[in-house]
Amino acid sequence: MIPKLMQSLVLPVVAKEASRRQFMLGALAAGGGLAVGFQVLASSPAAASETAPDGNKASAFTPYLTIDSDGKVMVLSSQFEMGQGSYNGLATLVAEELDADWQSIDVRGVAGNVKAYGNVAFGGAIQGTGGSTSMVTSWERYRKAGAAARAMLVAAAASEWGVQPAEITVENGVVAHSSGKSGGFGAFAAKAAAMPVPTDVTLKQPGDWKLIGNPNLKRFDSARKTNGTEQYTIDVKLPGMLTAVMIHPPMFGAKVKSFDAAAARSVKGVVDVVETPRGIAVVAEHMWAAIKGRDAVTVVWDETAAEKRGTAELMTMYKDLADKAPAAIARKDGDIDKGFAGAVKVIEATFEFPYLAHSAMEPLNAVARKNDDGTLEIWGGHQFPDVYQMLSSQIVGITPDKVQLHVMKTGGSFGRRAVFDGDVVVEAVHVAKAIGFRAPVKVQWTREDDMRAGRYRPSYVHKLKAGIDANGKLVAWNNHVVGQSIMAKTAFDGMVQNGVDPTSVEGANNLPYAIPNQTVGLTTTDVGVPVLWWRSVGSTHTAFAAETFIDEVAEAAGRDPIEYRLSMLEPQSRHAVVLKLAAEKAGWTKPLPKGRFRGVAVAESFGSVVAQIAEVSADSSGSFKVERVVAAVDCGLAVNPDQVRAQVEGGIGFGLGAILGEEITLTAGKVDQGNFDMYTPLRIDAMPAVEVHILASTNPPSGIGEPGVPPIGPAVANALYKALGKRIRVLPFTKTLNA
Amino acid sequence: MVTLTINGNQHRIDAEPDMPLLWAIRDLVGLTGTKFGCGMAQCGACTVLLDGAPVRSCQTFVGDIENAKVTTIEGLTGKVAETVQTVWTELDVPQCGYCQSGQIMSVTDLLTTNPKPTDDDIDAAMTGNLCRCATYHRIRAGIHEAAKRLEA
Repeated sequence: MIPKLMQSLVLPVVAKEASRRQFMLGALAAGGGLAVGFQVLASSPAAASETAPDGNKASAFTPYLTIDSDGKVMVLSSQFEMGQGSYNGLATLVAEELDADWQSIDVRGVAGNVKAYGNVAFGGAIQGTGGSTSMVTSWERYRKAGAAARAMLVAAAASEWGVQPAEITVENGVVAHSSGKSGGFGAFAAKAAAMPVPTDVTLKQPGDWKLIGNPNLKRFDSARKTNGTEQYTIDVKLPGMLTAVMIHPPMFGAKVKSFDAAAARSVKGVVDVVETPRGIAVVAEHMWAAIKGRDAVTVVWDETAAEKRGTAELMTMYKDLADKAPAAIARKDGDIDKGFAGAVKVIEATFEFPYLAHSAMEPLNAVARKNDDGTLEIWGGHQFPDVYQMLSSQIVGITPDKVQLHVMKTGGSFGRRAVFDGDVVVEAVHVAKAIGFRAPVKVQWTREDDMRAGRYRPSYVHKLKAGIDANGKLVAWNNHVVGQSIMAKTAFDGMVQNGVDPTSVEGANNLPYAIPNQTVGLTTTDVGVPVLWWRSVGSTHTAFAAETFIDEVAEAAGRDPIEYRLSMLEPQSRHAVVLKLAAEKAGWTKPLPKGRFRGVAVAESFGSVVAQIAEVSADSSGSFKVERVVAAVDCGLAVNPDQVRAQVEGGIGFGLGAILGEEITLTAGKVDQGNFDMYTPLRIDAMPAVEVHILASTNPPSGIGEPGVPPIGPAVANALYKALGKRIRVLPFTKTLNA
Repeated sequence: MVTLTINGNQHRIDAEPDMPLLWAIRDLVGLTGTKFGCGMAQCGACTVLLDGAPVRSCQTFVGDIENAKVTTIEGLTGKVAETVQTVWTELDVPQCGYCQSGQIMSVTDLLTTNPKPTDDDIDAAMTGNLCRCATYHRIRAGIHEAAKRLEA
C-alpha cells in the first residue's frame, strides 16, 4: 500500500471523486453528546483492510468532530499541527458549516484509522501530513461533517420544540426559533445523536461564508502559545516516566561494537544504560541526569560499513558527474542539440547546494508506554501515524490495533517528523522494550543529536546550459541535476520511475516557460547520509537554479527579467498573473534610491504559485541586507487569509536563513555542525519587511505551508547580482561572497 | 538539596549545584512553559527572568541562584507582560509557538527597560531568540504595537 501513496508529496494531486464516494456520513452518541464523522462503506476497497479505529472499535464509524453536553466543539484532526496552522484551518471548515461559536472550538489530533483519516491527496491509503495538502484533503470532508452535525442539532431542536426544521436558525453556536425559543449546542447534542444521519448535506455557498476567507479570524490557539500552556511532546509527563538520551553512531552506518557504562550507572539519577538497534540509551530520572550519565559512557564503534566521505569529496564527485551524461531523463521537449545549434549565444552555470538540517525548535522526542493489557501508547509528532503504528507494533510483537498514538503538537517539523523508519518514535519503543517496559520512557534528543542525526535536505549540483537565438529567444535549455534520492530504497521506492525520483527534479522538470528544446536529466548518487524532505522539498534547489539562471539568460538577451519571463508565459497563466501582481505592488518599474536593488523569482509548488520581489540594500564593501520582500500568491481559495500571510512570511524567513548561511558539512563522515553557533538559521536582525498579496480565487485551496519558500533565494540572489555584480551559484551565500 | 524561588514559591529540590535551572524548572518543579532548544544559550527558548533580568536558564546553574527570584512564563505578570501577550494573540504572532515563551520574556524585559524601542533596539534585544518558523515580522510588529498601547 505504501509505494503508491506518496504521489502528492511531490506532485499536486486533486482529490478524487472516487475516494469521497467510499464514505457516508455517520454519527454516534458519545459521552452525553454527539459525534459526527463518516462510515466507511463495506463495499469500498478501503474497508477491506482492518485498522483499529481510534476509540470506536465496534464500528467502521470514525468521528471528525464531537459536541459535548456543554456545547464544546472538538474537531478531530487527521492533519498534524507543527505550527503551519492546519488545526486552525480544519476548525474553520467545521465551524463554518456548523455555525459554531468560534470561541467554543478546540482541535485534537487523531490517528489510527486510515480508512477515515487517510490523506485524500495521497490516494487515501495513508494518513499523513505533508506536501502542503492539509486543506486539499480536508476541504470537503470536514465541511460535510460540520454541516451534518448542524442538521442533526436542528432536527433535535425541531423535535423538542414541535416546529419544522426549516424554521430554525443557527448562528454563532445558538439554535433558535422565531417563537423565542433558543439554546446552545450542548442542550441538543445528546438528542441530536439519536436523529437520522443525513445521507448527504448541502454545503454553504461562498457568499454565505462568515469564517472561510475571513481575514480577521484569529487562530484559536494563539493564547495557549503565548502563555506557556500549549503541550508539546517534551511536556508529556506520565507517572513513573523515565527520560532517556541517546548515543547515536558518530558516522552514518556505524554500529556499536562495545560500550562501558559502569561510570554512567554511578551518576546520580541514572537508572539504566541499554543498547538498542539505534544506539546506546542512557535512562534516568530526569533529563539532566541522563545528559550527565551520557557523558560518562564510552562506546567503541564498528565503522566498517560507515559512510566515511566528507563534503569536499562528495562535491567533487557530484561536479564530475554533472559534466557527464545524466543517468535518467526527467523531461525532454524538442531536440536539444538542434536547439543549441541554432543558438547565437550559449551560457552555462554550475550550482552547488549543501545539505540542510530542519532544526525545528523542539528537538525530536517521543514517549512510549506499554500497559498491563498489552497495549502500547506512543506520544509524539506523528506525521506518518500509520507507519509508526505498524513499525512499533512489530518491535513489541503486537498487532497494530494495539498501538495507540497520541498526536502531540510539535515545535516545528518542516518535514522532519515525516520519516520512513519511525526514527525517534521507534527509538522510544526500543528503549522502553530494552528496559523491559518497566516504566514509560521519554526519549529526548539534544540539539546536537537532532542536528547530527541526518535526514537532511540532500546536497545537489545542477549544471545548466541555455542558448538564445538572434532575437534573444530562449531556444535551448539543459539542466542536469545530481544528488541523492529521498525516496529510493525506502518504503516509497515505488515512486521512483525510470530512474527519476520526482522529489529530485520537481521545480526543474515543470518550468512554465515556453522553451522549444528542453532536457532535464538526473543522476542519482549513492551516499550513506540519510536524506529527507525539507520544507518545499525539490523546489528548495530547483527553483534557485532555474530562476537565477533565467535572470542570467535575460541579461544575455538584454531584457528586463520580468518582461523576459512574461514573454515566455501565457498572459493569463497563474505564473504570469502573480508576476504582474508582484511587479505592480513592488513598483518594479519605479526607480530605487541609491544603494537599493531588486530581484524577482516565481515558482510553483504544491499546487500554488508564488512570485516574490526582493529589495536589497548594499554598499561598496559588499555588506548587504534584504530590506523588503513583496510576495504575490495564488493558492486557490485562501481559507484563512491571515494564516496564508503568516506562512508566506515565515516561509520567506525560513528560506532566507538557508540561502544566507545554513549548511551541514561532513569531514571524514562526521557532521561538523552540532548547534546554532555553527548552523545559523535566520535571526530577527536579518528579517525583511514582508508584504503578502493574495490573489482572489474561487479555485479549491492548494498548498501554502511550503510554497512561500522557493522564490526567496533566487529573488535575493538576483537582486544581489545587481548590487554586487556577483552571480551566486554556490550556497549558502557566505561561500560565494566570502570567496 | 537546593532551594529555588520560582514565581514567588519556594521549591526545595534534590539537585546537584551544577544542574541547569532549565531542567530544574521543567523536570523537578514541573513547570513546562520554559522550553529546551539548544542547551548552550544559542536560541533563547529557555529564557526566564532572574531578579527581573532575562537569562538563559540552560546556562544558569541552580547552585548559583539560591537567593535570586526566578520568573517563568507561568508567573509573568504586570501591565507590560499582559499587554505583550494580548498583542501577541491579536496579531497571531505564534506559529508552532515553541519559542514564544522565551520571546515573550525577552520582549517584556525590552519594553520594561526601553518603552519605545527602535527597530535597531529590537534587533539588539531579540537576536538571541531564535524562531525557526521565522515569525520575526510579527514579533517586530507586536513589539511596536505593545509599545504604542503601553504609552497610551
